[in-house]
Amino acid sequence: MAATATRRERRRLRAWSRLALAAGRTVAGASRLAHLGTGSVIGGKLALSLDHGLLRELAAGRDLAIVSGTNGKTTTTHLLAAALSTLGPVATNSLGANMPPGLVAALGNDRDAPRAALEVDERWVPRVLEQTGPATVVLLNLSRDQLDRSHEVRKIAQTWHEALAHLPVERVVANADDPLVAWAATAVTRNPRATSRASKLNGNTTTDPDHQTRTDRARHRTVPISLDAIETDPRVIWVSGGGNWTLDATGCPECAGRIAFATGGWHCLSCSFQRPEPEWCLQADSPSASTTSPAYAAHHIPTSEYWPLTLSLPGRVNASNATMVLAAATAMGAEPAAACRAMGAITSVAGRYKVATIDGLSVRMLLAKNPAGWQEAIELVAPPPTPCIAAINARIADGRDPSWLWDVPFERLRGRLVVATGERRHDLAVRLAYADVEHVIADSLTDAVHAAASTFDRREGFIPRVDLIANYTAFQDYLDEVGRDD
Amino acid sequence: MTDSTISIARLFPDLLGTYGDGGNGLILQKRLQWRGLPAELIDVPSGEPIPESCDLYLLGGGEDAPQIEAARCLGHDGPLHRAVERGAVVLAVCAGMQILGHSFPDAEGKSVDGLGLLDCETVKSDEPRAVGELLVDPLDDGVAAGLPVLTGFENHGGRTRPGPTAIPLGVVRAGVGNGDGTEGVTNQLGAGKVIGTYLHGPLLARNPALADRLLSWVIGDPAAFHPIDDREAELLRADRLRAIAHGRTDGVVHRTWKDRLLRRN
Repeated sequence: MAATATRRERRRLRAWSRLALAAGRTVAGASRLAHLGTGSVIGGKLALSLDHGLLRELAAGRDLAIVSGTNGKTTTTHLLAAALSTLGPVATNSLGANMPPGLVAALGNDRDAPRAALEVDERWVPRVLEQTGPATVVLLNLSRDQLDRSHEVRKIAQTWHEALAHLPVERVVANADDPLVAWAATAVTRNPRATSRASKLNGNTTTDPDHQTRTDRARHRTVPISLDAIETDPRVIWVSGGGNWTLDATGCPECAGRIAFATGGWHCLSCSFQRPEPEWCLQADSPSASTTSPAYAAHHIPTSEYWPLTLSLPGRVNASNATMVLAAATAMGAEPAAACRAMGAITSVAGRYKVATIDGLSVRMLLAKNPAGWQEAIELVAPPPTPCIAAINARIADGRDPSWLWDVPFERLRGRLVVATGERRHDLAVRLAYADVEHVIADSLTDAVHAAASTFDRREGFIPRVDLIANYTAFQDYLDEVGRDD
Repeated sequence: MTDSTISIARLFPDLLGTYGDGGNGLILQKRLQWRGLPAELIDVPSGEPIPESCDLYLLGGGEDAPQIEAARCLGHDGPLHRAVERGAVVLAVCAGMQILGHSFPDAEGKSVDGLGLLDCETVKSDEPRAVGELLVDPLDDGVAAGLPVLTGFENHGGRTRPGPTAIPLGVVRAGVGNGDGTEGVTNQLGAGKVIGTYLHGPLLARNPALADRLLSWVIGDPAAFHPIDDREAELLRADRLRAIAHGRTDGVVHRTWKDRLLRRN
């Protein structure tokens, strides 16, 4: 865990880049004034169209971390920015604009911050890494998302693998429990360029980079995975955060054999690929008499140290995100206890976990975009008989085919009333019927809240909080309704 | 498991489980159980032996590489052929249907041998991928004759040409289907029936009458079939028909100028 936290002299931007940034900021400001949103996407787009090299220039000289994966990117990036802020200012795209325009806007707005924590869309990881140069890459998980739009999570794993096999990387913090992520991360060990940040900054590349890239690409297909190399390569930090979504990784990404999952690990039945031994591990203590939820700690195995994760964010999934962050932040020089304290102060993330009051009922808002996300969210909802609200849309950003509802274990919601709402509430209602879950249909958020509230006897005084799980555009609509400020 | 238990096999959910079609299995099982008929749902992962004695076999949609692997696992003249000859019913959706034809294309468009349980071949198309709502009127002399219009969501690149002995499932009212105005391919083989279709949704969630038609073939006792309250499915069907009537075949609704600017949908 070497600290590389020395503040470097910020290189001045070229005049043209400054102009591009200023133009972008002006448009972003106009967009905000017109109440169109934060303006970071449209402003960043304009700036990038004026100066294609802007991302490279804005990233130069910073200690950079990028966070990607199917689920938990935004939350993890928030936690990482908090953990790194114990070392000094951090630039971050906190509102989830995670493609190059959003990254440019975030870095451009915070030019003096010596560190950056950036959420990156999983399809953009190779292109972003190519531009930013060496970074700490935090890879969370890969699972099916938006059936009719982004095909095959395996293709994404493949592009990550290729990028990590030939691009210079500072380090990779990878979820060892996800075979697709693990396989992508092993590419680092096939990357012959042990590129340290210093040699990159000093321009110490000894070979022609194009030639190098070509040979790397040819090489990484033929060199078999070596478990020793995987577990000893200092550029890969393995984290066991747990994960219970296995449907998308039953085929081995290395040999197309079958992956067998068992408690605490997985291995391929046909080749030597198996879960690497983690350096960090999420530990859960069983709930004690005085608490209802388990206490979580991050266990650093080489030093046998335990760091209690006293998060304000709920659930195992966020404890897992925090363990990934702790691994990344300490590798980047943060002090673990301070990082944990900083993460504990985060209470809601771009509306996620926000508790809103709607018609007198307090409603906690959970975002879940795909089967793996819904599975995690269902674990978080208040126990029966407290009702909950589930909302489904199927616009382009959600994926237009909500068939994935049948991959979600809604059976786990039995014993409570579920209010089905959103534009595709009828698809949801049919799914709930076949899951034997008691449910009603509501046409609007207000109606849904009324339906949930009607299950309580208000004369008894105490009305519990109700959980609302919504998919992407439904969640954004409801945030607009209840107000976005945290 | 007693002799009267209806067994439903979902084949290779690890390879052909990408599009939510596994829901069809749950729906068949529940519709039997709600009527007091014992039913079991068996998942058969790839690489494991396919049981030959099941009453219903389900294949779902999947991506190119897993589709080829699934065809390899099924094999020619394998257990599925024998089960159909004996009288089993097969419902195959999208990639599942393509596998059961004579041939289907791989990612590059090269032809891969199918199982030949359906008289059709699927080819790669230069046209854009067919993605959106799909509405199908059942053929009057087909396996779904007399059923209400079939609704679903299609998502496929290939186009399927039914052969001379093939009977399509129906005629396309909205969407693409096979690509020649027909949708799906069906076959009577020995004592069994094979149905192929492009309808996801899942198909049987949106078309409970078709679910009961499949079950009636394996139960053979209409007296066992007291009706099920399908009002919520009716609401879903009405909602999808309304979406198509309003030209919203891609399922997009309420798209405001603000959504457009924010690229939210």
